[in-house]
Amino acid sequence: MVRQDCGSCHGLRLTGGLGPPLTRDVMAAQPLDSLVSVIFNGRPGTPMPGWKSMISEGDAVWIARQLQAGFPAEPSASQAAR
Amino acid sequence: MKPRRFRHLFTAAVAAFVLAGCAGAPALLVPPERGNGDLGLVIERESGSLGVLDTTARQRIGTIEGLGDLSHASVVYGRDGARAYVFGRDGALTKVNLRTGRIEGRVQQAGNSIGGAISQDGTLVVAQNYKPGGIKVFNADTLALVADIPAVVDGKPSRVVGLADLPGNRFIYSLFDAGQIWIADLADPAGPVLTKFENVGKEPYDALVTPDGRTYIAGLFGEDGLAKIDLWANPPKVERILNGYGRGQQPLPVFKMPHLRGWAVAGRTAWLPAIGRHEVLVVNTDTWQEVARIPVAGQPVFVMARPDGRQVWVNFAVPDYDTVQVIDTQTRRIVHSLKPGKAVLHMEFTPRGEAVWISSRDAGHVTVVDTATFRTLAVLPAHSPSGIFFSSRAARMGL
Repeated sequence: MVRQDCGSCHGLRLTGGLGPPLTRDVMAAQPLDSLVSVIFNGRPGTPMPGWKSMISEGDAVWIARQLQAGFPAEPSASQAAR
Repeated sequence: MKPRRFRHLFTAAVAAFVLAGCAGAPALLVPPERGNGDLGLVIERESGSLGVLDTTARQRIGTIEGLGDLSHASVVYGRDGARAYVFGRDGALTKVNLRTGRIEGRVQQAGNSIGGAISQDGTLVVAQNYKPGGIKVFNADTLALVADIPAVVDGKPSRVVGLADLPGNRFIYSLFDAGQIWIADLADPAGPVLTKFENVGKEPYDALVTPDGRTYIAGLFGEDGLAKIDLWANPPKVERILNGYGRGQQPLPVFKMPHLRGWAVAGRTAWLPAIGRHEVLVVNTDTWQEVARIPVAGQPVFVMARPDGRQVWVNFAVPDYDTVQVIDTQTRRIVHSLKPGKAVLHMEFTPRGEAVWISSRDAGHVTVVDTATFRTLAVLPAHSPSGIFFSSRAARMGL
């Protein structure tokens, strides 16, 4: 879900798009609490929506931790191709 | 006895020669006696590949691989309809040949890209980039860089969205961060001439040009309204339309940006996705006043008119992205809802609109639906499919 639905603004590889990159370096530099809040409540004044209608706060914490740890590499092209 | 055995040997030798010859020659996806008018491509975003489509047989006829990160990838066609230019998220521009299934050229032109356009005469291909913000112009034949036009305002680079071709080898585009619209005149590709419209509104997120090349409309994310330019006016200027369409209401979260390039015009009305509301806005294209709004199943992403304008098809952002709704433009009512598969990302009509092809990313297929009966005509396999682009786009402005 993160890769696809975050990916529509942040890129399938989370390297950024209309939304900023969510790569490990960028994420690790942010406090966990503020990441959780942005995911859950959104960032007013920017296109970033709050996702609380679709995920729990626990989910938001999990996503924030995953982003800070560096999101798992996507399946390689060869695996994904068929 | 003897002659017959010789004949057998001879036949075997000829067969071996022919087989060897076949193996050595490049296999064609489209046989030489056929044209290109009913071909298409579907983006397979995760595997960096393209499915090659035959819209008459309703079949997938091949795969082109090796295109990199194709999330949010888009395609424009060369005039022959056989060559397509694919703009990848990772900033790569790839030229492919649908007939041979081969990549004919590829340049890594930016760090982060969002789409492109081709000039009226087919000689120039332009990419719109987020990083570095701006546009780059390429020779459509060789992919050699012709011009690099950074979108810098007050020393700050801006991400570029809503790029479209205009008559006279001009291109129009919007600057998301700077809130401006620029026209680059490439009549002399070596010396581009820029026209800039300032203060068009906050955060233009996508735009479209009408099929006649006259009107450019940019959707604004940061404001309730759209910016319109009548390019036939002298001089052209920016006007605000649908100002305050959501006034007094708390906008709903937008889980995916709408796309305007699917331009839905039906008779004298234009059909546009509302931002932050589960509505399609209907605008009179003579007065540019709102004439209706249609409640729909979710945040609209693509609002697309069937080529005859009789129907408008709408898909939605997550979590309503398994649904597609069809609006009858005469009664302005939803006449059909369908669920072709989870995560519908795009729809493309056949040139005369008897069928629509719908990609369902998570379902892993493309569904071909009859637009008169809503019957499913075919379901074709595709790996995480997103955009679908038919070769008939080659003949249309703004696509």
